[in-house]
Order: sequence, then structure tokens, then C-alpha cells
Amino acid sequence: MVGGGEGGGRVGLLENANPLIYERSGERPVTAGEEDEQVPDSIDAREIFDIHHCWELADEELNVVEQVRIQVSDPESTVAVAFTPTIPHCSMATLIGLSIKVKLLRSLPQRFKMDVHITPGTHASEHAVNKQLADKERVAAALENTHLLEVVNQCLSARS
Amino acid sequence: MRSREEELKGLGADFTFGFIQVMDGEKDPRNLLVAFRIVHDLISKDYSLGPFVEELFEVTSCYFPIDFTPPPNDPYGIQRDDLILSLRAVLASTPRFAEFLLPLLIEKVDSEILSAKLDSLQTLNACCSVYGQKELKDFLPSLWASIRREVFQTASERVEAEGLAALHSLTACLSCSVLRADAEDLLDSFLSNILQDCRHHLCEPDMKLVWPSAKLLQAAAGASARACEHITSTVLPLLLEQFHKHSQSNQRRTILEMILGFLKLQQKWSYEDKDERPLTRFKDQLCSLVFMALTDPSTQLQLVGIRTLTVLGSQPDLLSSGDLELAVGHLYRLSFLEEDSESCRVAALEASGTLTTLYPGAFSSHLLPKLAKELHKGKSDVAREDGLMKCSRHFCCLQALSAISTHPSIVRETLPLLLQRLCQANKGNVVTESSEVIAICQSLQQVAEKCQQDPESYWYFHETAIPCLFGLAVQASMPEKESSVLRKVLLEDEVLAALASVIGTATTHLSPELAAQSVTCIVPLFLDGNTSFLPENSFPSRFQPFQDGSSAQRRLVALLTAFVCSLPRNVEIPQLNQLMRELLEQSCCHSCPFASTAAAKCFAGLLNKQPPGQQLDEFLQLAVDTVETGLASGSSRNQAFVLLLWVTKALVLRYHPLSACLTTRLMGLLSDPELGPAAADGFSLLMSDCTDVLTRAGHADVRIMFRQRFFTDNVPALVQGFHAAPQDVKPNYLKGLSHVLNRLPKPVLLPELPTLLSLLLEALSCHDSVVQLSTLSCLQPLLLESPQIMSLHIDTLVTKFLTLSSSHSMAVRIAALQCMHALTRLPAPVLLPYKSQVIRALAKPLDDKKRLVRKEAVSARGEWFLLGSPGS
Repeated sequence: MVGGGEGGGRVGLLENANPLIYERSGERPVTAGEEDEQVPDSIDAREIFDIHHCWELADEELNVVEQVRIQVSDPESTVAVAFTPTIPHCSMATLIGLSIKVKLLRSLPQRFKMDVHITPGTHASEHAVNKQLADKERVAAALENTHLLEVVNQCLSARS
Repeated sequence: MRSREEELKGLGADFTFGFIQVMDGEKDPRNLLVAFRIVHDLISKDYSLGPFVEELFEVTSCYFPIDFTPPPNDPYGIQRDDLILSLRAVLASTPRFAEFLLPLLIEKVDSEILSAKLDSLQTLNACCSVYGQKELKDFLPSLWASIRREVFQTASERVEAEGLAALHSLTACLSCSVLRADAEDLLDSFLSNILQDCRHHLCEPDMKLVWPSAKLLQAAAGASARACEHITSTVLPLLLEQFHKHSQSNQRRTILEMILGFLKLQQKWSYEDKDERPLTRFKDQLCSLVFMALTDPSTQLQLVGIRTLTVLGSQPDLLSSGDLELAVGHLYRLSFLEEDSESCRVAALEASGTLTTLYPGAFSSHLLPKLAKELHKGKSDVAREDGLMKCSRHFCCLQALSAISTHPSIVRETLPLLLQRLCQANKGNVVTESSEVIAICQSLQQVAEKCQQDPESYWYFHETAIPCLFGLAVQASMPEKESSVLRKVLLEDEVLAALASVIGTATTHLSPELAAQSVTCIVPLFLDGNTSFLPENSFPSRFQPFQDGSSAQRRLVALLTAFVCSLPRNVEIPQLNQLMRELLEQSCCHSCPFASTAAAKCFAGLLNKQPPGQQLDEFLQLAVDTVETGLASGSSRNQAFVLLLWVTKALVLRYHPLSACLTTRLMGLLSDPELGPAAADGFSLLMSDCTDVLTRAGHADVRIMFRQRFFTDNVPALVQGFHAAPQDVKPNYLKGLSHVLNRLPKPVLLPELPTLLSLLLEALSCHDSVVQLSTLSCLQPLLLESPQIMSLHIDTLVTKFLTLSSSHSMAVRIAALQCMHALTRLPAPVLLPYKSQVIRALAKPLDDKKRLVRKEAVSARGEWFLLGSPGS
């Protein structure tokens, strides 16, 4: 199913023209407990998932980020997100990973330790990408890069 | 052209040619609008175009697609859309342009510019109403290719929608064209093309193109009966086969949803002859497939199954009685689903309601007996089943009974069942919770609502239920030695409110004649204790709710209120004068707040409907006297205040002149040490819509602009009162004001807010969370709508919002964070100095204990990060 390229102006989008799609889970229903002032709600996988849901809808339909691949522990302040590029040699993998990481940095309390990596076995250069994403200095340097920051911010701006 | 049409036409094609030369190269949008108008007239009024058709097309089509942005401060007010629409009217005005226009449209659909795509598809759509097969013939393959590509690949929902609309019109056009005897019908070959390109995608329910393909086919099939038949006869067997080939629930769901889409299209066409209907052939297969879906463990698949069943049932004469019996059986089972498949249960109830209107017989013979049995089971099985389980089955059963009460013949079976259940509970041999009585009342109310369309059922409901309910209540209010549990239950506030709401719903839609008949029974019951119309009327003592009756009897005034306040305005109420005096007296009685409030509401409800005149003035005078006496006395000040509030509301709603005076009295109470806070909350009551009395549905005199009027008349005084008031009662004024502002429609409020801005900013420091919340909700739209004005106060706003984002009230925290988000709409140079401070401060609510607060914090902080960043 790769490379169906009629009128291929939008490169990133059309690398895969008829991808598998997944059901979109609806808006998270608000429970009685969540409306109760007293009850604390701990941060869970769905919440992390929704953080991403709001910036790149397509990511969910394409299952780049899936709720089952998010591990989070509120008491231990750790979160691990595994993302799945749509095709094994997706050229955007690093950028997607970086965007996810930045979104987490901006959205979670500072106490959290974050780990963003590619779902094992789903990308040709999985190891290299993971290494870059885990490297704090590299991530920081990437965000100093105006051009890169611009692309990341574009990803993170709410889709109109 | 308007006055000299004959002469101009006499010039022949020369006039057209001359005009083309004049128009050529025109750039001014004002002239273009006129020019387009003239070209349209040339064509529609049949001027001679001679050999200049192509020239005329060229001179207009060179503007297509319109690319025009009105300059800022444009004095002429010409919008892009004006030009687009007038050019489109020209281009789509004649089939003679077709050979030139269609290639242009195809070229523009294929372009990369979104607006050009949209405009071209819409223009194509417009053309289809004048074109015929002859014009389209040569371009069909290219048009289809372009539309298909747009629908398959677009990222824009609008392009997709326009593409589908264009395909729909094309197909409709081909279906309707009158053919010459020797011409070949292009519809079939066009549809075959579509089918060929789409059908294989339908077999891959996991892939992205499945839905675009289904939508394309449905758009074409929706265009005409012939197209529908052609497409369904190919697609339905294919989808039926695919359903069985795929075994996963989510795949099946996609397939069934597509089937549902095609079935729905059938409803657009009526077939005279039963055998002609394309669905008849597939009926058995469709039914078995739907029943499979209904028994699938996946809720999503069940839901689609229920919807498909409803659509199948709506096809006339499709389902056999055997199918119906099976269907009813499934619906019965689904009506009792556990809590976690609530959505399915609700859908099943809705489907039952719809299908009952079509097949009352099937539901009456296959469903009602089961429900009746289930309803009675509650009695004997109390001990055996555990409480919760029985309870929820019981509620489900009540809901199912009301859901199917959509047909008159069914109402005649369900209503007696429900009333009987209520009476049985009254016999005292069943332990009855108030929640159960309330549930029965809710069911009764839903039945009453469903009867509203049919006057005969409605009167049946009224005539049967009203005496029964009053009878039960009167009996419960009688002093008795061994008082059954239910007796007390029936008199609880919530139960009485539920009963009252049944009575109200069963009264509002009565015709004046029938209402007059009913009112002559109910009013004497309360004033004279005349119980003769009640089903059981031998009571141990008299019913005298007004003359020093027991407090149990007084409480029943709430039921009287529900009845008389729901009557049509022109129904005469017997003994009105006496009734009003009794109500006033009772409204000040301080032994039972429930009864006195009910009396005050009843008085207000009747006052609102009373036509102007001497009697109204007398009632008002009496009311004012009662209020003043009450406020002056020590013991019944609260009751007098409640009466004042309701009377004021009744008058404010109908713009009565005395309302100003009463509102001033109410405002005066804001600085009353005892009643001040209650008076502040009273403003909320004045501005909100009641559900029980003084409603439009209950025929009250409610002017549509009463809120705006109240705002204009009273806000200046409130603001003044606030500034003059001593520090300790200032919050009361702010709160009163908050309620008024909160209830006002936002578009009305926005232009007024800037004048109130200083007060609002002050209100942010108020410690009352109601005031804080209301102020924030006023400021939030203001930030979005008038960023310029708000920019002046940026410092205060940032500080206050950040402070409130750690309020103890979760609603305030959420609202404060939403305001922080809205702040990002202000001009960036104003915000940037605060960026790092805000981002640091917003880190804290990211760790709020409430998820709903964190969600707002995440989105607000995200936006602040993007401020002034590249790429945002």
C-alpha cells in the first residue's frame, strides 16, 4: 500500500495513500468523581493520550500514539510513550517523536520523568531515533534550532 | 436595458459584441458586479449572442475563480462572496457555455488551491440544474476522475462535501435528462464507472478509502430512484457477502454502517408495487444480519444494528410478522441491558418507540405482556434478588413502558399498568422507596409528553391519571392510625414535585374546553373539600388544605399549583377571588416553607395570566400589603420575601408597570442584614427560566426580551447601589449583578460590558465564588471579542487570573484557566512581557488534583508557549 501518488503535492501525507485506519475513541466522558471537588484524579494513560489527541488528530486515526502504548505512574512520576510510525521507513519519525516529547514537556508537571520511543519493531532505524530522543542535550539543541522549533510548533498548533 | 429592451435587441449581436469590448479588462469590483448582472440578463432575456458565445464566455470566465480580498475600511462593502455568486450565476446560466466551462472547471478542481477547488465544485453543482446529458457527455470521465480524487485524498471536509454534492447533482442531471430516441443512456455507464472504481474498496473495511468510497456511492445513489436501484442492486449483495467474510466486530460494524447508509436512501423513493422494491429480495438476508449484530458482544455493532433495524422497520410492508416478533424479542432483551451498555439500551428504547408507531399490534402482543410481568415481579421477588439488581431492572421496565407509549392504542395499556403499580404501592404491602415512586412519575410524565401530539390520547391520559393522582395524594394526606410507608413517601418534597410535574405535563396541552371541564373539579376540591370526582372518595376526615388543615394537607397545594398554572390563559377559574386570598394567606404561613412557597408560586402564576383590569389591581394591592406586613413583622419575613420575589417575577415577565417598583423594593433588601444574601440570589430566580410555573409551555405571559429589559432598567441602579453600599454588603450587590449578567444572552451583553469593566475587575477580588465565576465567564468572551480594550488592563488580568487559578473552587480554577487561554488572543506585543511569568505560573495547575482543571491548564499553557514562537 505504499506510494500511491496521484497528485502528490503534500509529500508527508501521501507517503501512504490508503493506510489502515482505526476507530476514534470519543471524547472522554466526565465522571461523577471528576466533578467532585474533593476526589483527586490521578494522571492516567488516557489523559496523556488526550494531550496528544488535541494537537494531531490524524495521529490517533493512524494510531501513531495509542493509549495501550502509554505507561504512566502518577505516584512514581514517570511516563513512557511508545509511538508507531505508519510505515517502517517513515521519514518523519524523529520529528513526530520530538513533537510528542515537547508536548509532554509543556503539558506535564515538572516532577515527571519522560521517555518517548518507537514501538519496538516498527521502524527501520528505530534504535537511532530512540537514541536521539533520549538524549537530553540533543533535544535541547534541537529546540534551539529555529527551523526545527517552527516545524514542531506547527505540529502542535491546534488543527483548524 | 430595463426600459429599452426592444430597441437593444433590434441591434442584434452587435450590441453583445460592443458590450464585450467595453467589459474587457475591467478590474473594479463595483463595475464587475454590474457587468456580471448585464451578462446574466443578456443570456436570460435571450439577447442575440450571434457568433460571440465564446467571446462572452472568455470575457467573464477570465475572472474565475474569483480571488478578491476587500481592502480594509472598504466603503463599498463588496464581499468576495458577492462576486463569486454573481459570476457563478453567469457561468451556470446557459448550457451554451458548457463546452468551454467544463474543461475550465476540471482544470481548477485539479489545482492546488483550496478555494478554487471549492468554487469549481460548487459551480459544477449549479451547472447541473441547466445542463443535460448532451453537454456533460464528453467530460464525464474527467469529471468523475477529479471528483473521485478529491474525495479520496482531500484533507478538507468542505472539499469532500462539495465533491459529493457535485457528484449527486451530476447523477441527478443524467437521470432526468430527456433523451433523443437514438441516444444512449449515459447514466448506466456512468454509474458502472463509479461502481468499478469504488467497489473493491468496500471490501477492505480496515482501510482508509472504505468510507470515501461508500460516500461517493451513496451520493450517486441518492440522486434518483434509478441510480439508487442500480447501485444498491450491486452493492447490497457485495456488502452482505463481505459481512460474513469478515468476522471481527469492528469490521462488521463498518460494513453494517455502510449497509445502513444505503438502506436509508431507499426511504427517499416510494415504490408503488411491492415487488418492484429493490429491498424485498434481500429482506431475509438483511434481517438475519441485523439479528446477528444485535447479539454481538460489541456495543458499537449492536448500536448500528439497532439503527438498521429501525430503518428496515420503516420500509413499508417489508418485515413479516415473524421478523417483527423476533425483532421485538431482541428489543426487549436490549431494554434490560446492564449499566455499562447504557447507550445501547437508550437506542433500543428509542427504536422501540419509533417501531411501535408503525407496528402497535406486534408490540402490544409480544412486548407488553412481558413488561407487565416484569413490572409485577418487583413484588414477589423482593427477598430473592439483591436490591440493586431488582431496582435497575425495575427502572428499565418503567422506561421501556414509557418508551413504547407512542401509539394511542399502546397508551391505553401502559397508562393503567403504571397507575396500577402506583396504587399497589399505596396499598402498603410493598416496601416502597421514594425513588421508585419518582421513577414511576417520570415514566408517567414521559407518556404524557408522548401523548401531546394526539389530542384524544392526551385527554385520555388527563382524564385517567389526574383523578387517580389527586386521589392518591389526598388519601395520603389523611390523618390515620396505621400510616403506611407509602403515605409518608407520597408527601415528601421530591415525590410531590414529581407528581406535580406529571400533572403539569398532562394539563398544558389541553384544549380550553376540556381544561374548563377539569378545573371545575379540581378547584372545588381544594376550596370546598369536594372529593366527588376522585376514584375513591370515602375518607376518614375532610380535605381542607386551606382552612386550618393539617400540614400534610397544606403540602398538596403544590399539586394545585401545577394544575392551575398550566391551564391555557383563557380558561376561567371558578372562585378565583377566594382562591387568591387563600393562597396569599397560606404563602405567609411559616409552619411549612414547602407549602408557603407552593402557594406563593401559585399566586404568582395566576397573577401573571390575569388580564389587566380592576381585579388584577386588587390582587396586586393585596399582595403588596401582605408583603409589607410580612416584612415588617419578625416571624414571617422569609415567607414575605419569597412572595415578593415570585410576584416580582410574575410582573417582570409580562412587563407590568408595577414590576419596577417591586424590583426597587427587592434591591433595597440587598443591604438588609438578614435577607441580603437571599435577595442577591433572588436575582438569579428573576432572570432564569422556571421549570414548573411561569413557563411559556404553561401559557404564562413571558415577553421574549424581558431579560434585556430588566438589564437596561436595573443595572445602573445596581451599580449605583454597589458604590453607595457599606463594605460588608457590597458582595450582595456584586452577586445580584453577576446573576443578571450571567443570564443575559452574550451577544446582548458584549456591547454593554466595556462600561461595566471597572466593576468587573473589582469583582475579581470579591471572595464569593459565585461572583468570581460569573465575572470570569463575563470576561472570557470579552477577551475574545474586544482584545483591544482588554489590553489596557493586562497587568490586572494576568495577576487576578493567576490568583484565581488556585482558588479552592474547581469551577473557578477552570474558568480562570479558560480566561488565561483567552488572553492569548490579545496582541502579542502586549503579552510577550508576561510570557515567561505565565508559563512558570501555569506549571502549577498542570499538577492540579482535578483532571478537568489540568486539561484547561494544558491547553492554556500550550497556547502561551506558542506566543511569539516561530511556526505558530
